[in-house]
Amino acid sequence: MKKLLVFLLALCMVFTVVACGGGSDDEGEATDVKVGFICLHDENSTYDLNFINAAREVVAALGIPEENYILRVNVPEGQECYDVACEMVDEGCDIIFADSFGHEDFMIQAAMENPDVQFCHATGTKAHTQGLDNYHNAFASIYEGRYLYGVAAGLKLQEMIDAGEFTAEEAKIGYVGAFTYAEVISGYTAFYLGVKSVVPTVTMEVTFTGSWYDEAMEKEAANNLIANGCKLIGQHADSMGAPTACEEAGVPNVSYNGSTKAACPNTYILTTRINWVPYYTYAINCVINGEAIDADWTGTLENGAVEILDLNEAVAAEGTAEALEQVRAALLDGSLHVFDTSTFTVNGETLTSYMADVDTDANYTGDTEVISNGVFMESHFRSAPYFDLQIDGITLLDSAF
Amino acid sequence: MSKEPNAAATKRSFAIRNPFVLTKRTEGMPAYKTWGVRLIALILAIIVCGLITLLITGLNPFDVYATMIRGNFGTARKAWVVLKDMAILLCVSLAVTPAFKMRFWNIGGEGQILVGALATAACMILLGDKIPTGLLIPIMFIAALAAGAIWGIIPAIFKAYWKTNETLFTLMMNYVALQLVSFFIIVWEVPKGAGQIGIINQSTLAGWLPWIGGQQYLLNVIVVAVLTALVYVYLKYTKHGYEISVVGESERTAKYVGIKVPKVLIRTMALSGALCALAGFLKVAGTDHTLTTTITEGYGFTAVMVSWMANFNPIAMIFSTFIIVFLDKGAGEISSMFYLNQSFSEILTGIILFFIIGSEFFIRYKVSLRRHETKEV
Repeated sequence: MKKLLVFLLALCMVFTVVACGGGSDDEGEATDVKVGFICLHDENSTYDLNFINAAREVVAALGIPEENYILRVNVPEGQECYDVACEMVDEGCDIIFADSFGHEDFMIQAAMENPDVQFCHATGTKAHTQGLDNYHNAFASIYEGRYLYGVAAGLKLQEMIDAGEFTAEEAKIGYVGAFTYAEVISGYTAFYLGVKSVVPTVTMEVTFTGSWYDEAMEKEAANNLIANGCKLIGQHADSMGAPTACEEAGVPNVSYNGSTKAACPNTYILTTRINWVPYYTYAINCVINGEAIDADWTGTLENGAVEILDLNEAVAAEGTAEALEQVRAALLDGSLHVFDTSTFTVNGETLTSYMADVDTDANYTGDTEVISNGVFMESHFRSAPYFDLQIDGITLLDSAF
Repeated sequence: MSKEPNAAATKRSFAIRNPFVLTKRTEGMPAYKTWGVRLIALILAIIVCGLITLLITGLNPFDVYATMIRGNFGTARKAWVVLKDMAILLCVSLAVTPAFKMRFWNIGGEGQILVGALATAACMILLGDKIPTGLLIPIMFIAALAAGAIWGIIPAIFKAYWKTNETLFTLMMNYVALQLVSFFIIVWEVPKGAGQIGIINQSTLAGWLPWIGGQQYLLNVIVVAVLTALVYVYLKYTKHGYEISVVGESERTAKYVGIKVPKVLIRTMALSGALCALAGFLKVAGTDHTLTTTITEGYGFTAVMVSWMANFNPIAMIFSTFIIVFLDKGAGEISSMFYLNQSFSEILTGIILFFIIGSEFFIRYKVSLRRHETKEV
């Protein structure tokens, strides 16, 4: 654990130094940059809080004065997003970030009408085909983080099996998802493969809420999974619903976007999140230096955008920190791949070829071969995930969404 | 406000516990007095809001008010956004008014807007690449209004022939519409599994209403301005409008004078539903170009308040619409400028609405100090 912590701290420092370096080169110009941030919810959503914290950190690190930084929260995924983005342009913003998937088309609309301003959208899929110089997407290979917390969850599950709480054949885990969207599918599959790397007999049940943020529904979903006999819960939704349900039922769980250790001290194991500091720093520095921003930017373990945080030693199995360090190193040096096709099957068969819908279209046409050298190349052809296969061992309880 | 209440006015007076006597005003106040009362209420509301702001946040209340005004009119774009939102809210308010005048509690505005929006979006998605926009827009328009009319007629028929409760019926129709929209969003979602449609025909602009004079939101404003005048005339000067008033006053009287009440109910609800759907059409084709379950922004319910605050007068509704939109935009600006939680601005909105709605009480009732019990009738 200490090693991990030291490593992460070191990484943070490196970025802070890089960030400061960028700023101090052209200090006069840096302060001229005006930045706008658009968030779907406010700090009460763990998802948005993660963006807001990164925004504040980067703005402070780059020495951008208060008046050159605009944050607008509770901006719905509709025309309001376009209006807010255009208002930010009116107020002189040079670069505008939006944090929610549904903001994408409205950001594109604003980008088309304001070619001199840079529009950066997290989690979107269209920038690489849109052909706009001032519209950009960003995401991270968060599946690596999910694989890592899957390993931590697997070790916990193995510990419970060894303690005789249930047999290896009864090892079933649950996952609360939002929509049957590639980002969610990629996430829970990576989590499952992480667990499976430790407990080969594990199976998983997944349920969907049809909403990115619905505390009551997420809690109910987790309770249903627990009632179904799931021994451990993972989640991809933005509220405290699932972690709270787990704490009440005494079921170990992993969380997304931020640590829930304080609220769930007896069941929380580990969290993974996308740290947006590297991207914000990169994109704002591009504007300061007059350089073009990549149409599609992928954060990784290597560039510090994918983080695992706050391991709860009280709940995690013994030796988890060391094991995570090893797996992490293997992912970093390329000796281990999350979506290694030899580790899973689809309808009983090993995958040798798959055309994914990388270039978004209304008919979901598969357009890109994504299997290369026995690996599903996730977040390689564009930053947003496109792994949308149903692998064996995972049961979807519902797929209405 | 007469000093000595006449017999008619005191006839319906009733006494509550000391020390006030309430008397329903039967003759109504002159217009300048009613607006005076409303103005006093607004000023009081602003003072109370200022005090609360000062006590809770320590911010200068005048800064807060200035921010509210800036949030509405700080730039030309902000003013356009205010007009855009006013247009839609006013459209829905005008739509529910004929039903309310008839004492038909149409709280199904949400559902009627949604089916209008759904019909519009369906035409844009399914016919966008098959039919030229010049022809597509009229088709969208007719489809939307027809959908809204049907959504309004269903509860009206049940009310007219089987005396069902229209409040519950229209309310439940909202949820049916909401589920329909949710269903079709999943059918048309892009990319797969995303649970959202995004902007429809963004590259071809098929079915998008035209900009007028380079202004994106102007057409909606013009349409609703014309609609305001039409609804005013319809309610005040036409036979239909008269029938609506009579049915609203007393169904028995209406029957006695030979008005076919079921016909008036159904016809009026068809109109009410169609006009709600017009708001859905204007929003999807004119401004948002997408379909979401939250596209109504709760206007179907807010419109009920707007319509009542204006006493069902379409011209007065322009002002009540403005107040609601102004508060909403101002509140949003406060929360982002001072980094306050959205809830704080909602507290302010709540206080102001409390005073404004409260002022209607003083317009409708005369409050006087009790002098002697024996003088009460």
